[in-house]
Amino acid sequence: MADYDPMIPRVARVRKTRREIADVATLEIDAGDFSFAPGQFDMLTVFGVGEAAISVSGDPADPSRLVHTIRAVGAVSRALVDLHVGAPIGLRGPFGRGWPMQEARGRDVIVVAGGLGLAPLRPALYRLFAERENYGRVILLYGARSPQDILYRDELEQWRGRLDAEVEATVDHARGEWRGNVGVVTGLVARAAFDARNALAMLCGPEIMMRFVADALGDRGVAPERIYLSMERNMKCAIGWCGHCQFGPVFICRDGPVFSYARLRGLLATKEL
Amino acid sequence: MIEGLEHIVAQHAFFAGLDAPFVALVCGCAKNMRFDAGTYLFREGESADWFYLLRDGRAALELRDPARGAVTLQTLAQGEVCGLSWLVPPYRWSYDARALESVRAIAIDAACLRRKSEADPRFGYEMMKRFMPPLVERLQAARLQMIDVYGAHG
Repeated sequence: MADYDPMIPRVARVRKTRREIADVATLEIDAGDFSFAPGQFDMLTVFGVGEAAISVSGDPADPSRLVHTIRAVGAVSRALVDLHVGAPIGLRGPFGRGWPMQEARGRDVIVVAGGLGLAPLRPALYRLFAERENYGRVILLYGARSPQDILYRDELEQWRGRLDAEVEATVDHARGEWRGNVGVVTGLVARAAFDARNALAMLCGPEIMMRFVADALGDRGVAPERIYLSMERNMKCAIGWCGHCQFGPVFICRDGPVFSYARLRGLLATKEL
Repeated sequence: MIEGLEHIVAQHAFFAGLDAPFVALVCGCAKNMRFDAGTYLFREGESADWFYLLRDGRAALELRDPARGAVTLQTLAQGEVCGLSWLVPPYRWSYDARALESVRAIAIDAACLRRKSEADPRFGYEMMKRFMPPLVERLQAARLQMIDVYGAHG
């Protein structure tokens, strides 16, 4: 939890912007030294427009660069994506419980991302690669809508070139010139080589995708207690006071956003939630 | 060292755990094949006489569209079966299968396998149990692709 009033945003400035793909931009914010754990999120404010919860997507080893990748889907996120260098931005955070990096030590780690879900997982990937010797196999499986929708393409290609990790990407739709995989990301889970009894998985993406991937991992023998999902709900206060992000007995902002599948499986199957 | 066909079939993930007499029946319908990158394993509209169990390399299932060119529906990799239309009449391919890279495969004579399955229902049922899962998986995958999970609501 931050050492200031968590409900009052501090004012920071946009240091850099980068257009990633259509409707998606990455903002680097000048916020001084900003420590966070992989998987945590911030509340970002565009003054006069509103506030939105956005996962931190930068390198946890570099607290001088606070990075968020945002897709324009509503008024606030559109305004965030359209911010220019030097623009003021409100910042609260970091909030929430992140990825179980400690528990992952010594295990095969399977990271499965879908679409923009790669952004909240990128800090975990930076940590995994920076401390590579602490983990077993490291596998990144990434699914996107089309080749044009692949996020962080340069970094994915760089990671693919590593000799100490397996990195596979697939798209749902492609034209003939695409030479990569086509098919759902669950298909990559079936092909990946890992020790299911000693594996830990981190999933982030559309909820439907995460449910299917979690089940595919379960079919391979990974225990639901070691499958972790990052959840997205309508977060407002970010500290468990307002109840906007309540999901059955849990608050996504305070108790998550990262949860084990064992904890969420029944809730995800409840359509009323 | 040249691997015998029985060994290759028995070692293929698709036939994992298959009883030796059944492996022999499959081998009676099978041969090794190799496809260079860019060549076709089969083409849309052709009779589905042979299908393929991939040993190495990847293949793409494609549909040709006059407006968009070739559209890739799915890619297949080592351990997977390429072609399922041979299972049901009219035994005709509905799309192209193109090697994305050099492909080594076990080619299976579909009519031969169907004939042996009719003659020995135990063998036929064992084959069905192996070919049904990829059919169901591909149906489920197609549904997920259809709902566009990574779209604006994803």
